[in-house]
Amino acid sequence: MTDYKHIGKDFVPPDILGKVTGKAKYAEDFRVDGMVFARLYTSPIAHGKVTHIDTSALDTMEGVIGVLTADDVPAVEAPNAAILTNSPAYIGDPILAVAAVDELTAEEAMTRIKVTIEALPFAVDPLDSLIEGGPDAREEGNIFVRSREGSGFRTVKWSQQQVDEFRAGKEPTGEFTDEWSYGDVEGGFANAEVIFEAPFVTTGYAHMSMEARTAMAYWQNGTCYVYGSAQSQSFWMPGLARLLGVEMSKVVLISENTGGGFGSKIGAYPIAALPGYFSKKLGRPVQLRITREQEYYIGSARVGFQGWIKMGFARNGRMTAADVFIIEDIGPNATGGDGSSAGGAVSLVYDPAAMRFRGLPVLTNTTPRGAQRGPGQNQIAAVMAPLMDRAARELHMDPLEIRKINAVNSDTTVYAEQLPVTSAYMTEALEKGADMFDWDTKYNQPRRNGNKVIGVGIGQGYHSAGTKGFDGLIRITPDGKIHLHSGIGNLGTYSYASTTRAAAEVLKCEWEDCVIHHGNTEANLPWSSYQAGSVSTFTHTRANYVAAMDAVDKMKAITAETLGGVADDYDIDGERVFNISSPAQGMTYAAVAARAIQLGGAYSGASYPDDIHEITQRAVQNIAGTGLIGVAKDKLAQEGVIPGLAAAFVEIELDLETGKYDILDYVGIAECGTVMHPQGLAGQMKGGAVWGMGMAGLERHVYDPQNGLPANVGYHQCGIPTYLDVPAVIRTSAVDLPDPQNPFGARGIGEPAMGCSVAALTSAISDALGGHTFGRTPVSRDMIVNHIAGKPQSFKPQQTNNF
Amino acid sequence: MNPNLSRRHFIKAVIASSVAAASHAGIQSASAVERHRGAVERLISLNINGRTRRVDVLPQETLAHTLRYKLGMTGTKIGCNRGECGACTVLINDIAHYACSTLTHSVRARAVLTIEGLQSTDGTLHPVQQAFIDELGPQCGFCTPGQAMSAVALLKENPKPSREEARQALSGNICRCGAYDHYLNGVMRASGQS
Repeated sequence: MTDYKHIGKDFVPPDILGKVTGKAKYAEDFRVDGMVFARLYTSPIAHGKVTHIDTSALDTMEGVIGVLTADDVPAVEAPNAAILTNSPAYIGDPILAVAAVDELTAEEAMTRIKVTIEALPFAVDPLDSLIEGGPDAREEGNIFVRSREGSGFRTVKWSQQQVDEFRAGKEPTGEFTDEWSYGDVEGGFANAEVIFEAPFVTTGYAHMSMEARTAMAYWQNGTCYVYGSAQSQSFWMPGLARLLGVEMSKVVLISENTGGGFGSKIGAYPIAALPGYFSKKLGRPVQLRITREQEYYIGSARVGFQGWIKMGFARNGRMTAADVFIIEDIGPNATGGDGSSAGGAVSLVYDPAAMRFRGLPVLTNTTPRGAQRGPGQNQIAAVMAPLMDRAARELHMDPLEIRKINAVNSDTTVYAEQLPVTSAYMTEALEKGADMFDWDTKYNQPRRNGNKVIGVGIGQGYHSAGTKGFDGLIRITPDGKIHLHSGIGNLGTYSYASTTRAAAEVLKCEWEDCVIHHGNTEANLPWSSYQAGSVSTFTHTRANYVAAMDAVDKMKAITAETLGGVADDYDIDGERVFNISSPAQGMTYAAVAARAIQLGGAYSGASYPDDIHEITQRAVQNIAGTGLIGVAKDKLAQEGVIPGLAAAFVEIELDLETGKYDILDYVGIAECGTVMHPQGLAGQMKGGAVWGMGMAGLERHVYDPQNGLPANVGYHQCGIPTYLDVPAVIRTSAVDLPDPQNPFGARGIGEPAMGCSVAALTSAISDALGGHTFGRTPVSRDMIVNHIAGKPQSFKPQQTNNF
Repeated sequence: MNPNLSRRHFIKAVIASSVAAASHAGIQSASAVERHRGAVERLISLNINGRTRRVDVLPQETLAHTLRYKLGMTGTKIGCNRGECGACTVLINDIAHYACSTLTHSVRARAVLTIEGLQSTDGTLHPVQQAFIDELGPQCGFCTPGQAMSAVALLKENPKPSREEARQALSGNICRCGAYDHYLNGVMRASGQS
């Protein structure tokens, strides 16, 4: 293993001091002179048209500053989300905002507004909309297909018989809109020793980030300053500028800290632009604080699935074929894509020899959907794990063995296109986890003790974990400081900081001499990837690497130009550039930086590569002449899918009388290439484990089908896991084998960390119940009790969002 | 409970704020505001982090609101404003309370400790703060002030808690990032047990 100076070592991220002292500022913590407070009026009905708004009572109300309606902001074509709308498509859809001298007055003003809304039909369960004669969530149709070939509304209806058969667990025969396949699916089933079919439901549920998506904005000399709750930093800029209707150079985003996102704040969302429009209208800074309930409404939610799967296995346990059909609940704004991602995850994690995926995205009048930690991959992980156990049981195999036989490795080809992977070591992850967990002993232990029964399970998680082509930017100043400019967001993974250590590693410098710049457009940040999709570690170790290599090349050239010789005569260490044959001859980084300013050109940032993004160009222009600039676009070789993988083992004790289960042991193994930041990785693996525990047994949407009302808009109603829902100790480790397509071997992990957990738990619950598969998340206590008592469940088969 | 604030008034105020939370999640009900504006003493003295602060407080105002909007102490976070998440946890006479569910008038003559008051004047971090850094407790950090205050309250009462006792003591603080294990490690470290 390479002996790194920074990679694989823990460090203190610079923002953590603010977090433990309360000094860290989130969007709603900012106050500026003249700032007024805005509140939202949101739709009280699930679907309708605003026919009249009467705000006349506010004309004479003391403290009210102004009102913003849909007429004040750009109109948006359905089904996309608007900043404010006169066509609400879910309860909580923002209709107008009021600004006042304080929140109390703004709140009070809400009670004096009269909004008349004409009600329209609505649907909270995709099957209710899909059935012939069922309501459509949008007037334009009940389906919205997004594709490269063209996006648009459709109306798709299934006959009563087709819906009934689907509810009965039979293969869907109704129309679908998306399909892909590879291999000989029919032949795969023909060659299978064991074949079974299974229906499934994974209920959507809210992201519920701790920090609601508050934003504050003001205009100064034609530039809009937005203090937002952003998951990404530079990646937000194009979208935010579009929303505000200005050039990107006229927007400054400040988001040093973000109180969680989990996929719900990846790109600039419409409500973040509201204070900008309001501020322009009023001529004063406006802060819009979002309440917890409103965060439930507009903070987005995981896509729900109603599906069917058929799998075939050879006698040795290899999966010969898989056939997957998924109806996606894409909410009112047609934000999904989880279904196809789930199909992709099946192809990668279990490597069936042949596979078909079919999908149908259905609109509902529930809270808008968005990417949520492992969107698609984690829903299907929960479904697949107990089914893999079933296959193992029917083939008289150990559940660990059937997973190892089908495990993704570096030679596996994946997805419809059967692409290569950069590297994959799932077998090693399973073996490491089994060893830590002591699988053999726990699997073979006595299970029943009175009304308590032990269940053990194994889960596997996957998400693509990297991308390429973004920019890196570093700067060395004459005081010897190394400035690491990080354009990725700060939502708690610390990757905004840990990825800059790739640059420090290349520069062989002391961490104490490094300064990280992040969280503010005016900090001169490069074009960086979205802080999501588990991509930042792979992507930005590369970007920091190429920027640092550019700096090293320039430092050697400057030293050669100053002291004689050619660049190749020199090397770096100890923050010096020295002559290899005469190490005493050299220059400090500080001296080189001063010389770079004198020499100008590319050395000082006066010129820069043509291929860097305009955001990076602007950053370089702003810091040009202040030191030695290292800047480059990541053009390193990259081919194939970059997998982030994880395996988990869990032991539960289930009470057959109450349906409650306690998690006795949990082991999670990351397979994310080289470990960059051990503490950060442990945090992701353990946090992901908690998320999986929430999805497996607690979190769900509940909508009243009669009125479309959400019944669980608070934390506890949503089922967010607490300390008491998860074990006091969660054990984690990592395979720690390098990926060949990253300079330091690193890949991402955030999302697989959850997928392996939810899968291990659904597997363990099934195991505790003698192999019964609910085919549903969450598996609630009443479901377990009903099953044990032989009673019907409280919901119809395939019913969702309303139990 | 402040003897000047009757139980009946307290309950009525809580109900009023709950109603507002259920509609537009407000900080007070509008009607209650109208009724009480200027009706009672509003300029009161509070003991916050050992300092006396004079502040204009409405009758139904919560401590979280006073801290954040009147005193500019934004370290205390409002995650839910309805007593579910613990992001607003402060200590009142050394006992952990949800500031979003505590009427400011009820803490007169009592000592309020917020996250801003943990660090020594010389800059030394409280052992819980230092331990949270050492164990990389926070992820997004929004719940961290509340987690820290609950941990401080626990250690004042029980300087050497077991991990299970710590788990119970902090169970009123939700962390959506799921950093529970790391926070518990922090509590054990702060108590000198790791």
